[in-house]
Amino acid sequence: MTIDSEKISRGRLNLKSGSSAKVSQVLVYSVLILWALLCLFPVYWMITFSLKDNAQIFGANVIGLPQTWFWSNYARAMTLGRMDLYFLNSFLVAVISIVITLLASCMATYAMTRLVWKWRGTMNKFFMLGLTIPIHAAIVPLYVVLSKVHLLNSLPALFIPYSAFALAMGILICTGFMGGIPYDLDEAAFLDGCGVWAIFFRVIAPLMVPAVATVGIYTFLQCWNELMFATVFNSSEAYKTLPVGIQGLAGQYLREWGPTGAAMAIATIPTLLVYIFMSKRIQDSFIAGAVKG
Amino acid sequence: MRRTLGYRVNIILFLLPALFLFVAVLIAPIVMSTYYSFFNWNGLSTPKWIAFKNYVELFTSKSISFLPALKNSLLLALFSVLIQLPFALWLALKLSKHLPGERAFISIYFMPVLISTVVIGQLWLKIYNPDYGVLNVALRAMGLESWTRSWLGDKTTALGAAFIPTLWQYVGYHMLLMYAGVKGVPRELLEAGMLDGCTEGQLNRHIIIPYIKPILRVSVIFAVTGSLKSFDLIYVLTNGGPVHATEVPSTLMLNLLFLRNRYGMGSTIAVMLILLCFLFALLINLAFKEE
Repeated sequence: MTIDSEKISRGRLNLKSGSSAKVSQVLVYSVLILWALLCLFPVYWMITFSLKDNAQIFGANVIGLPQTWFWSNYARAMTLGRMDLYFLNSFLVAVISIVITLLASCMATYAMTRLVWKWRGTMNKFFMLGLTIPIHAAIVPLYVVLSKVHLLNSLPALFIPYSAFALAMGILICTGFMGGIPYDLDEAAFLDGCGVWAIFFRVIAPLMVPAVATVGIYTFLQCWNELMFATVFNSSEAYKTLPVGIQGLAGQYLREWGPTGAAMAIATIPTLLVYIFMSKRIQDSFIAGAVKG
Repeated sequence: MRRTLGYRVNIILFLLPALFLFVAVLIAPIVMSTYYSFFNWNGLSTPKWIAFKNYVELFTSKSISFLPALKNSLLLALFSVLIQLPFALWLALKLSKHLPGERAFISIYFMPVLISTVVIGQLWLKIYNPDYGVLNVALRAMGLESWTRSWLGDKTTALGAAFIPTLWQYVGYHMLLMYAGVKGVPRELLEAGMLDGCTEGQLNRHIIIPYIKPILRVSVIFAVTGSLKSFDLIYVLTNGGPVHATEVPSTLMLNLLFLRNRYGMGSTIAVMLILLCFLFALLINLAFKEE
């Protein structure tokens, strides 16, 4: 069968081979490469103009590599543009959100997959609603409540909503992983005298490390890039995150693109580094979220 | 062991952190938004019950211009479904045929999805810049001076110029989903098709595309609901301007909330957005079932 089919498909290809097949192959490749260049160009352009002065950016050297490298743009973005502060804020918000999301979603998943009770399936479906609820739904009430409890203009105003919105995805990923851990382990630990808490923290949690990485990356990307909550819930300079900070900086340096480019590179490089080392895992987490949602 | 695992206090304690966050930040606000949408309220005064008047005003008032904003986001949805998704599908089909460099192409195409929309918006702002932007510089270099314009400032081009980065950014996302789908088509099906003498085009049309329909459905739903909710890039590029030419429901909502202090009306838009997202998801599901 297999041999036959290969023969036939080869026969087909041979019929079509020759100039027309080659031409179409070349055309396909040209489109693929052109689109790749279009995807890479903005990032390339950002990094090159972050190292140029106005004379180069606005002059003859619009898209070439910098002739002299202006690292001072980075220094200015960091100090005058306060990117150091925004970076720290973004980092703190991301790390705290990741910790909360991981802990809450691992615990909830444990309760819904390993503990025995009647409504656990329904509860899981209830959490999965979170995959489709847009953040717009929450913005007015959250703003009102946060201002009432005097939490506007603070880091919790960001990391609490971020972790809540990352929960559904966290539970979805954790459920997949926890299903793969054999029940025998729970039973062995139980026979050794472990209670539910000991089973969770000593047996299950250490085995969840791959899920932790996936959930962590996903949550990181959501928090690091989020704009709407970050703009609305925070108007204080001291707690701005990178996206809001860059918006401000770009407005401030309208006539000088170098420092803005540097600020954007500072915000983008961590993401790109994570992506280079974990591209497969990141892509898989996006696929997992979509297939279920 | 079953008894220990069914111990109520433990179940509640394990669920508590997630359940509390989820209900407090997602579920309760939906209920509250719906409630606010029946009031005339500026955030400070006592809210005044006005029943459905916000909804009536939303659809009839010219000064709020909700319908034009909705039309813009539906137009984006249309472009997304008619241009972005077919292109993503084409990429996915080509890349899944063991082309050399397959992984590299996928990784490059997906990269824009991960970059902050503020960064992408600011970069496109600079690409579109009337004086120094790459686009106009390139047009001038080609001797097409008359084609240059202030792309985002001109009422006739602003909407198109604001859509392009959005469509560009998410091609890779849809491509990735579809690629994963195509890779999941069983080998036997493809072999059977080849045995029947299918060409590549026929294989795509009669075997692969019908097989990955569930994923195409997800992509269409994401593209449409994503367009309805679109905010970040529009906010950075034009914030709805010039003169509301690129307004979408989300920019309108923030405008009403924080510039005009109309909390009731802002909530009404939020509720409409949720309803529209669910409605369109339902319709798309039905359309895919019909076929």
